[in-house]
Amino acid sequence: MKNMFIPAAARAAPQLGSLALILFLNYLAFPGFFEIRFQDGRLYGSLVDVLNRGAPIIILAIGMTAVIASRGVDLSVGAVMAVSGALAATMTVAGYPVPVAVIAAIGVGLLCGLWNGVLVAYFDLQPIVATLILMVTGRGIAQLITEGSIVTFNEPGLIFFGSGAILGIPVPILIAACLLAVTIVLVRRTALGLLIESIGVNRSASSYAGLNSKLLLLVIYGFCGVCAALAGIIIAADIRGADANNAGLWLELDAILAVVIGGTSLFGGRFSLIMSAIGAIIIQAMNTGILLSGFPPEYNLILKALVIIVILLAQSFSSLGGWAFLKGEFRAKGTRQQ
Amino acid sequence: MISMKRILLASVFAVAGFGTASAADLTVGFSQIGSESGWRAAETSVSKIEAEKRGIAFKIADAQQKQENQIKAIRGFIAQGVDAIFIAPVVATGWDTVLAEAKEADIPVILLDRTIETADDSLYLTAVTSDTVHEGKVAGEWLAKTVADKDCKVLELQGTVGSSPAINRKKGFEEGIASASNIKIVRSQTGDFTRSKGKEVMEGFLKAENGGKDICALYAHNDDMAVGAIQAIKEAGLKPGKDILVVSVDAVPDIFKAMADGEANATVELTPNMAGPAFDALKEFKDSGKAPPKWIQTESKLFTQADDPMKVYEEKKGLGY
Repeated sequence: MKNMFIPAAARAAPQLGSLALILFLNYLAFPGFFEIRFQDGRLYGSLVDVLNRGAPIIILAIGMTAVIASRGVDLSVGAVMAVSGALAATMTVAGYPVPVAVIAAIGVGLLCGLWNGVLVAYFDLQPIVATLILMVTGRGIAQLITEGSIVTFNEPGLIFFGSGAILGIPVPILIAACLLAVTIVLVRRTALGLLIESIGVNRSASSYAGLNSKLLLLVIYGFCGVCAALAGIIIAADIRGADANNAGLWLELDAILAVVIGGTSLFGGRFSLIMSAIGAIIIQAMNTGILLSGFPPEYNLILKALVIIVILLAQSFSSLGGWAFLKGEFRAKGTRQQ
Repeated sequence: MISMKRILLASVFAVAGFGTASAADLTVGFSQIGSESGWRAAETSVSKIEAEKRGIAFKIADAQQKQENQIKAIRGFIAQGVDAIFIAPVVATGWDTVLAEAKEADIPVILLDRTIETADDSLYLTAVTSDTVHEGKVAGEWLAKTVADKDCKVLELQGTVGSSPAINRKKGFEEGIASASNIKIVRSQTGDFTRSKGKEVMEGFLKAENGGKDICALYAHNDDMAVGAIQAIKEAGLKPGKDILVVSVDAVPDIFKAMADGEANATVELTPNMAGPAFDALKEFKDSGKAPPKWIQTESKLFTQADDPMKVYEEKKGLGY
């Protein structure tokens, strides 16, 4: 048991190293970066912002990890966020109680996810194509719900999901943390995680081994939809309005990136939820750092791309065995020359 | 065949509806971009209202953000023999062929809200647009006047990087405050014209600038970013509209609510009424043959807390913003 942890920690080294480096760079750009204080009954500081703004990406990344581990991908999460946020906002404005609106929003996220799941599992569409359909139509559906305008609300119960705090900790962070903990227990204390990995590695072999891979895929995509709905509610609650055009726009790419930075392969198989969450935090720490740095906005995307390249190279380097691998290459060349 | 029938029916209805009034025989086709934003929706509904006021038969084709749909719609309008075509062009280039067809059919074309790039400007009658540089300038001048000779550090939320309203509203604002050496833009970042990015960037700004205590004003390139930033200011324990002045551009309904609550100070209107001046120019052209100038600039009106924001909010709310 003990020596199982050591390789895990070593595997996580490039991500943890990158996170530490980015946080340090943020500190250089803005010396007050690590200051945290209490204000109006909640924690306040840049580090809190990183987690708070990163919470929707963490939540998306949790669902996305399961999908990617099953050798799929879900491009529709950004659009599903827009749909669920739009529904929660519109229902609240129409006078429904907040719990009803939130449950309906999560329900519609589940439906969206199940739709993807049916297309992938039962109609054997390639995941990238199947989810592309909802990525495009989802935003249209959201616009139909909001009738093209930004639906603003002032219902404190719904706003609580975005800017509320319990014991000083912002609610989005709590939701992300709880979801992460529950999901980890669910996949690692049962055989679920193993089964997901097995259909990711070889779906037909898993089916022959007696695994109901169709049902499992349906569950995975449904779960991803629920995660997207949660993120959508948080984002709408944060700005007290549902913006069908812009809510969650391009966030599916951030979620996929978080999973990839976390070391889960796009070809399915072994996955790590906690590493995906760290990947999401790395992305957000980078975004926050760029905002604090005071560079002109024209550099935002270039800086982001540079950092991502460095992280992915470091990761690929370490998974190849790093220096040991290079040494091996040289030795092999040497042998060939002889 | 079907389209012929439709034209016949339409003209029957037009005659039946408007009787013998001479000006009522005008039919105008409008190729609208699509539902990209609340402002667009408001532009469409205001255009309908303005057409109705003048008794003009008005046909709208929604292009769903695609140029090829707009070109199809324009060809459709030409085939129907409308009296004029309005276009809100989704992109700047690629219009020469279809506009030449309209010219050949003797149908005047008026551009709304955006202009096009063409070597031959006789292809369109006129363009009705707002001057986005001027909008920024009005905002800047308001700030310069409001703070007088007090030192003022300004935060700027830019629109989408590289978009022409972002470039021009930045340039105009800088012109507006150029004469006031006491006003300085200390930080400028993009908020992508959205509420959530506006809020996120403002959170960063406030932390990077000593909790926002030394900041006197925020200039946002649109109201949505300002609405997001106002929430960030509140969460940082400051009073938007008092501790930090808020000025933005667009005049969407929600900013009037914020102004009524004392949380925003001023906004410069990007009027959704582009069709009104276009109809007037068209009518004059049809009646007297006098061609309007190539560019009709819409008014960039400044609204402040003194302009009964709640009343404007009620007026604007129904326009589909």
